[in-house]
Amino acid sequence: MEILVCVKRVPDTAENEIEVMSDGSDIERDDLVYSVNEWDNYAVEEAIQIRDKVGGSVTVVTVGDDESEEVLRREMAMGADNGVLLTDDAFEDSDGQGVASLLKAEIEKGSYDLILTGALADDGAGQVGGMLAAMLDLPYASLVNTIEVVDDKRLKVGREIEGGNQEMNEIQLPCVLSIQSGINEPRYVGIRGIRKVASVEIPEKGAADLGVDAATVGAAGAKVKRLDYFTPEMGEGAEMLEGDMDEILDKVVELLKAKGGLK
Amino acid sequence: MAQIFAYIAHKGGVADDSALELLSAAEKIDAGAEVTALVVGDGADLDAVAAEMAASYKVVWKVAKAELAYPNAELVRQALVGLLPADAVVLISHDTFGMDLGPGLAVKMGATFVSDVVDIEGSDGTGLKVVRQEYSGMVSTHNLAEMGSGLVLNPRPGVFAPDEAKAAGGEVVDKSSDVGDLSAKRKFLEIVEAEAGDVDITKSDVLVSIGRGIEDEDNIELAEELAEAMGAVVSCSRPIVDAKWLEKSRQVGTSGQTVKPKVYMALGISGSFQHLGGIKGNPYMIAVNKNPKAPIFQVADVGIEADILEFIPELTEKIGG
Repeated sequence: MEILVCVKRVPDTAENEIEVMSDGSDIERDDLVYSVNEWDNYAVEEAIQIRDKVGGSVTVVTVGDDESEEVLRREMAMGADNGVLLTDDAFEDSDGQGVASLLKAEIEKGSYDLILTGALADDGAGQVGGMLAAMLDLPYASLVNTIEVVDDKRLKVGREIEGGNQEMNEIQLPCVLSIQSGINEPRYVGIRGIRKVASVEIPEKGAADLGVDAATVGAAGAKVKRLDYFTPEMGEGAEMLEGDMDEILDKVVELLKAKGGLK
Repeated sequence: MAQIFAYIAHKGGVADDSALELLSAAEKIDAGAEVTALVVGDGADLDAVAAEMAASYKVVWKVAKAELAYPNAELVRQALVGLLPADAVVLISHDTFGMDLGPGLAVKMGATFVSDVVDIEGSDGTGLKVVRQEYSGMVSTHNLAEMGSGLVLNPRPGVFAPDEAKAAGGEVVDKSSDVGDLSAKRKFLEIVEAEAGDVDITKSDVLVSIGRGIEDEDNIELAEELAEAMGAVVSCSRPIVDAKWLEKSRQVGTSGQTVKPKVYMALGISGSFQHLGGIKGNPYMIAVNKNPKAPIFQVADVGIEADILEFIPELTEKIGG
């Protein structure tokens, strides 16, 4: 099975406090730790496991700048066979449909049976997979948390729905799936793995290579424009206990007793 | 102003809680709009939901088709694309169905799409200004969405106060014959119900709930010791289950369990809306997080900025001693 996984480089919320710049034009990006979007990493692991079972190849693709290459290399160190970087000044500030149309252009240059995305990203909207499927006229399932290959024409996929329940579907190949976190246990990538793929050539493609009209993507083509960032109102907010830890602990015990939190 | 539609999710003949929230959201787009409810499905259940919605919506478009008895997003999309005017504004709740339907529907309508909208600040006729959140709610953004060629908007469940007036006296219009044959390459098979775990967290009055801040599987023990000292039960947020450190049945949230405790200790939990969506009954909430910007502090009663790996054992000792 020929599998393409769409990945993205994002600030790692587990490692960073995200602060808004004073003029609201962006978040403070100096000193941010970036990594591959967590959901995308699950998608790559799933693709590798499927390839190892039924054969084929895994290609990882991203829309980004030069620095995005590092996430492609990381996913190749995990076991993806190929990487492609879609990069062009014209792609900057694309909205979801802009990103999806770039991915569509790349996908149509190849021949893929299965296209995976992460279900969402911390700086995103959980939209690119569904848009991409509609643009390619392929069937789609979101929030997928199990995949079983039935034969070379069909998959059985589980979708995570409300209440911890799972919605089972049969879906025809080729298709697009967005992958929910927890579907598998992504393998550890060691420094040796990274070193092995350090010199592998990763092709870069711009608007001309993809045959995309630059006016339809990037800020020029965006139907949704981010105007500013701001820090949400705290509202009432919690009463913050401050000061000496021992006193805080006494206070917590007192509160727990008063509210029925201790038996 | 374009016509506004609200897609009504329903199950077992009853509309989802989001149904009246979407009406409020629509009123924030255009206060004077005659909002149309889209009620799609089949049989007596569908009729019941259509009648229920006519109390709140001026117009209810009903689409009855055997293929739509279960809401398969691909089939629903086909039905809607054939039915809706080109410049329609469509509201769909940002739940697991809305996430399945919204992005593809927007593409097929040639419309703009905005997901997970938490506020609507009005329109100038060509664009709609909406608020979204990024980075697990740590920052918000204003966004301007084009409206000229249609707009699909997924409002976040629970943030728009439901319009309970029920004074619409609306009419139900049967649009079934305007929808042609439907066929999908994805077929719904069945719902697999969540498995029961070793402990039922929904039955506990006191929950010691842990999140990403626990950092390592070995540290779960710290939470278990605290819970034992308190006479409480350990629950968790999604990352703990994703990491397979605790069973799925321990997860609090819209994709896990809905709990209704008296006291909720949120330890190292950032407080995503999916997590908070699983906490009902307004429990007394104590939140501990080393990030002072964590959204959990907006909803907790009491907050402590601390590393839970230091805080938990100290609290256990304090209670024990």
